[in-house]
Amino acid sequence: MTMQIADSVSLSPSEAKARAHAAAARDNLRTEPRAVRIVIIALAMIFLSVFVVLPLVVVFAQALSKGFLAYLSALADPEALSAIRLTLLVAAISVGLNLVFGLVASWAITKFEFPGKTFLITLIDLPFSVSPVISGLVFVLLFGAQGYFGGWLRDHDIQILFAVPGIALATTFVTFPFVARALIPLMQEQGTQEEEAAISLGASGLQTFFRVTLPNIKWGVLYGVLLCNARAMGEFGAVSVVSGHIRGETNTMPLLVEILYNEYQFVAAFAIASLLAMLALITLIAKTVLERHLDEGQDGNDH
Amino acid sequence: MTIEVRNLVKKFGSFAALDGVDLKVESGELVALLGPSGSGKTTLLRIIAGLDWPDSGEVLINGEDALAQGARERHVGFVFQHYALFRHMTVFENVAFGLRVQPRAIRKDEATIRARVKELLDLVQLDWLADRYPSQLSGGQRQRIALARALAIQPRILLLDEPFGALDAKVRKELRKWLRSLHHEINVTSIFVTHDQEEALEVANRVVVMDKGRIEQIGSPGDVYETPASAFVHGFIGESIELPVQIADGVVRLGDRPLRLAADGLAPGASRLFVRRHDMLIGPPGSGAFEGAVRHVRNFGPVQRAEVALSGGETIEIDAPRERELRAGDTIGLEPRRYRIFAGV
Repeated sequence: MTMQIADSVSLSPSEAKARAHAAAARDNLRTEPRAVRIVIIALAMIFLSVFVVLPLVVVFAQALSKGFLAYLSALADPEALSAIRLTLLVAAISVGLNLVFGLVASWAITKFEFPGKTFLITLIDLPFSVSPVISGLVFVLLFGAQGYFGGWLRDHDIQILFAVPGIALATTFVTFPFVARALIPLMQEQGTQEEEAAISLGASGLQTFFRVTLPNIKWGVLYGVLLCNARAMGEFGAVSVVSGHIRGETNTMPLLVEILYNEYQFVAAFAIASLLAMLALITLIAKTVLERHLDEGQDGNDH
Repeated sequence: MTIEVRNLVKKFGSFAALDGVDLKVESGELVALLGPSGSGKTTLLRIIAGLDWPDSGEVLINGEDALAQGARERHVGFVFQHYALFRHMTVFENVAFGLRVQPRAIRKDEATIRARVKELLDLVQLDWLADRYPSQLSGGQRQRIALARALAIQPRILLLDEPFGALDAKVRKELRKWLRSLHHEINVTSIFVTHDQEEALEVANRVVVMDKGRIEQIGSPGDVYETPASAFVHGFIGESIELPVQIADGVVRLGDRPLRLAADGLAPGASRLFVRRHDMLIGPPGSGAFEGAVRHVRNFGPVQRAEVALSGGETIEIDAPRERELRAGDTIGLEPRRYRIFAGV
């Protein structure tokens, strides 16, 4: 408001009048009474505050309820450190794998015609439609002691379940769709003409991919990786089934939060939870930035 | 470089995009593939470029079997309707792309590449845009850059797919002239696809008219316009009056009325009569093969366009010189100066 007043000082009377007319015209376009508008906006704000902002504030308030030192010592606990390390490791593995899978899958789907393509597109979404607990159970059925490969794995002394490989597998499965989902629409929209141009100019398949395809989709890739990472670090259900909850060994951050909470160690539980909340905030900001870049890319494409 | 295509067949499902196409393009020619959408012209061009593969048939470039090579080895310059410029590269890098991706053994050094790109940008008269990105250019500029990029690899042949299709009418006309003079200058064997007859007739040395996956006629722009080989070509090129007629006992009939037109050598049966709009001469009533009443007249440009209801019921449009003013309600006689009759419906 102050800005507008400051603005109008420098305006000549006729310009100020024109502005007032424009503002009036804008208001005329809104047919709802003022009261209705205020009520609707207030409802939305209250809802957001109660369901989104409040929980976030509570997490940090609880984490810091015994002071900052208690917060830091809760994070420095060996169990907490081990959970953080494991979470980072698992996220790195599953994001890395899904980056490759996602790129390959969306490349295949958008640049080529082949039988079974629709089936593949449906299959990519499967992890989204299956409950994470069931995703975890699938791996227990496959690699558990009574599972299909259980005997063979035991004979060869390979530990998958209740160890890092199992957690990484379950997380990878659950987060599989993110990169592919981010890339398929983008690549479909971009079509194959630039690749065709590159090939007819003498570029090899790899040159075409690295010089033409990848630069065109890089923001989409980052977007997919970002969401994939957020989910990988926050995954609870599938990991809970395959982890075995071995303290200091196979507990990821979300699992540790639950354990600590159940043991009434609220400061410690919320300290870890605050890290996850911060991850969420950072993800949100990065997502906004990336979305802006994606939109710009689209504008550039607008011939 | 010559291009030769023999008995090319390409099907998409049950739809025959190319249904046995034979074509030979001589060195240095500028050939237009002209036809309505779905006639197979773009498919033919893409097969020659190696971007599509035929179900059967042969493609020879300079006498060598081109189907044995991929698009990468064919050394063909291809210009896309929607430019397909690399959007994340500057104009300079777009043009340089073909030179930068060459195998290390034959790749030029940076200075040579820069000089070559500069030369090409000069050729398309856009050297001042070198540092811009494609999204900052107009459509006409983009297409000229796309052409420069295709020429950078010194292609053996140049293929252009509806190169001016996405541009507005004025830019299109300018670029047509420009393309013709550019071709004159670099003289590389070229084929371009278009659905715009004016473009084909104005730019090309030779026009290939296609319909439903087949070639209807190959000839100079004058040939295809003056002596169309089929009803389709007559109807597609130039504006024609088309009337269903019957041939029987050496007489041409429109409905049940005999027309005073020679029917020598015509097969009896249902046929179609074609007359160019401007080939209908106007005379007093009863003077020509047809008679009709002028419905209304529009005056623009060098001619007047009149809608005439023939006495048999058909309505036709004619283009008449403006010396003799026509008025709605006039009864006139019409005599075709030239006409063609094709058998079939």
